[in-house]
Amino acid sequence: MSENGHDHKHEEPRHDRSRWAARIRAVEELLVEKGVFTKEEVKAQVEYMEARTYENGARLVARAWVDPAFKKRLLSDTRAAAAELGIDASGPTEFVTVENTDEVHNVIVCTLCSCYPRAILGRPPDWYKSFAYRSRVVVEPREVLREFGLELPEDKPIAVHDSSADLRYLVLPQRPEGTEGMVEDELAALVTRDSLIGTDVPRTARETSRV
Amino acid sequence: MISPAAGARFAPGDDVQVRDVEKEGHVRTPDYTKGKPGWIAEILGTFPNPESLANGGAGLPEKPLYKVGFRQTDLWGGYEGSPEDILFVDIYEHWLQPREHGEEEKQP
Amino acid sequence: MKRQPLKSKILRRRGVEHTEHQEIMKKIHDMGGRREEFGPIDRSDHQIEDWERLADAVNFVLNAKGHKTTDEMRRAIESLDGYKEMSYYERWAAAAELLVVEKGLLTKEEVEARAAELERPWGET
Repeated sequence: MSENGHDHKHEEPRHDRSRWAARIRAVEELLVEKGVFTKEEVKAQVEYMEARTYENGARLVARAWVDPAFKKRLLSDTRAAAAELGIDASGPTEFVTVENTDEVHNVIVCTLCSCYPRAILGRPPDWYKSFAYRSRVVVEPREVLREFGLELPEDKPIAVHDSSADLRYLVLPQRPEGTEGMVEDELAALVTRDSLIGTDVPRTARETSRV
Repeated sequence: MISPAAGARFAPGDDVQVRDVEKEGHVRTPDYTKGKPGWIAEILGTFPNPESLANGGAGLPEKPLYKVGFRQTDLWGGYEGSPEDILFVDIYEHWLQPREHGEEEKQP
Repeated sequence: MKRQPLKSKILRRRGVEHTEHQEIMKKIHDMGGRREEFGPIDRSDHQIEDWERLADAVNFVLNAKGHKTTDEMRRAIESLDGYKEMSYYERWAAAAELLVVEKGLLTKEEVEARAAELERPWGET
């Protein structure tokens, strides 16, 4: 699906009717027929993923903002903290929450594939999985953040985390100023999906960081 | 809770260098780190070796895994950003070697 | 040693020569730092299709039942000839198929036969 000519930038492939659609359906049907798994198990997994959205992360953040003891627990054992809020992230993968502070802004990537805390946040955005993001955010993070509309002070360090092994990362953004009167639900609504990855900051904090 | 690794070779704060070797097959050490100087930020625990798991092996013996910090200016020529910018990568112990001081002076 | 950009014809690392082609073929998925190859990030989200949800779910269930590991999956994806041309879920579908065939759960022929049946328009024999 790439353009003609040399030295072109690679486009992300998009297929309207992929031949792989029929093949994965064939694989599923055959595996069900052979008793490897059941249709119900597959359906349950589809529902499991559909039930997971970035809003789980927003709730974790909002709770951490209002409850310092919870914040400590979130930073030391993210899976257990998620369970406290009824978010089932059980499974073999480990989760780590990294905290944005006045001293550092964190950004997450998986350059080798697309590791992401799916059991908490659901599916990653397409751009997170793109070749362009995977290749560029490690070497030019400030450029990439600018593309996302985020301009950080030059003297504020950026820490990029490449999830190259078995850990999945999420970002705990800083609580925006002027939100002291807000209740948890209102705070959670400020947290965007991209702020949990580090390519954004929460709403109302943006005005000072927007390009 | 990620348990600390018993018998881990490196400790937080240690200066390390990623081994600059080619290895066939599945590895989780990104190419851009090879030969680069960094430091141990954290010991993350021990995990089954992905290089073995990838081919159906049991991944044993488990390998200590480290969060390794790199200064961006050490990783990329012409890095455009703050000299304080850092890149963290999770790297398995067998890809790391102690960094001798004086090594950096050899690099242009 | 200063790192050469990937586009140079011959890369020299520790005295071993690689052609550009070999270097790319070897670790095509290892994308960190290759900024000269990729441009602006497309931030649009495509609406996920049912077959993509299926690819996602089939993979997870096979893992959960111990038929394959995440690491085997990554290895399979990395081995795909069409890695750069395929979309994300196409790579997952292809890798899942590769592994179930590799492990003898299915044969390639039966997958292809069933896929052909599924693609046949309704009413056509």
